[in-house]
Amino acid sequence: MKSLKFLVPLVLFAVLVGFLARGLKLDPREVPSPLIGKPAPGFALAQLADPGVTTRRDDLLGKVWILNVWASWCAACRDEHPLLVEFAKRKLVPIYGLNYKDTRAEGLAWLRQLGNPYDASLFDADGRVGIDFGVYGVPETFVIDKQGTVRMKHIGPLTPEVLQGKLEPLLRQLNG
Amino acid sequence: MARWMLGVILGWALLTAALANEAAPAAADPVLEARMLRLTAELRCLVCQNQTIADSHAGLAVDLRNQVREMLARGDSDAQIIDYMTARYGDFVLYRPPLKPETAFLWFGPGLLLVAGLVVLGVVLRRRSRLSADRFEPDEYDDDAVEPRRP
Repeated sequence: MKSLKFLVPLVLFAVLVGFLARGLKLDPREVPSPLIGKPAPGFALAQLADPGVTTRRDDLLGKVWILNVWASWCAACRDEHPLLVEFAKRKLVPIYGLNYKDTRAEGLAWLRQLGNPYDASLFDADGRVGIDFGVYGVPETFVIDKQGTVRMKHIGPLTPEVLQGKLEPLLRQLNG
Repeated sequence: MARWMLGVILGWALLTAALANEAAPAAADPVLEARMLRLTAELRCLVCQNQTIADSHAGLAVDLRNQVREMLARGDSDAQIIDYMTARYGDFVLYRPPLKPETAFLWFGPGLLLVAGLVVLGVVLRRRSRLSADRFEPDEYDDDAVEPRRP
């Protein structure tokens, strides 16, 4: 026992390195959402393309769907967009956009210019629904299941790794 | 040339004056405003994470201040507003994290480390004080004392 005493500082050092290494890999900008596993907040929003059509949370019950928060003023959304357009072509699940704190004219122009991956975009001009979803860094992506429960949230632009590694397996699991 | 420059300067002065006029209107109710500021000073802005919602100029912080104003005007209690925020953004928005099983290490960790350090220090000192003098190396003489400094 006594002969192993010299190992104590080494073990303490290893523990410290372990904590620091973990700390280095954590992204403080990624705040875990308290919404995961909880019912998605209710909303009733006019569609971006047609102010006369209102979409409610409960309209989407019974299917697994993706909510992607975007805005024409958001540079990172532009980075993410081609990937989302490609993903939408595969028609795995409906993708709804939440057009966050934007104007109709600019939002629609953006979609015309860059392509429209969304089944519909919901127009959240004052950002209220965004706040209810805990949005703080556009773009954000939510996966919502058939019961209307939030199952996943991704903060920041989607990447091929996130799509293939996390989002698609979850969709497969949710759709059985 | 001079006239052209005068024009630019005048134009700039007019522009800044016009912008200055767009300052936010003073709050309708100073009591409510003070309460709003006191509450939001306890909440972390998620966009600029080292600022409070009261301090930050980020768009989201402005929206959340408005939200808190509305909730206060509606008669909501402080606890309801804190619940509203944590339901959306988690405990991370609170500058004073609540005492829960998950945060126990955060609250008590530093104290435990301090106590552990003091215990180790106490044990080491006690053990040393019991050792006989010959277990210690004799003090070395100062080099200066042995060898006088050369001029």
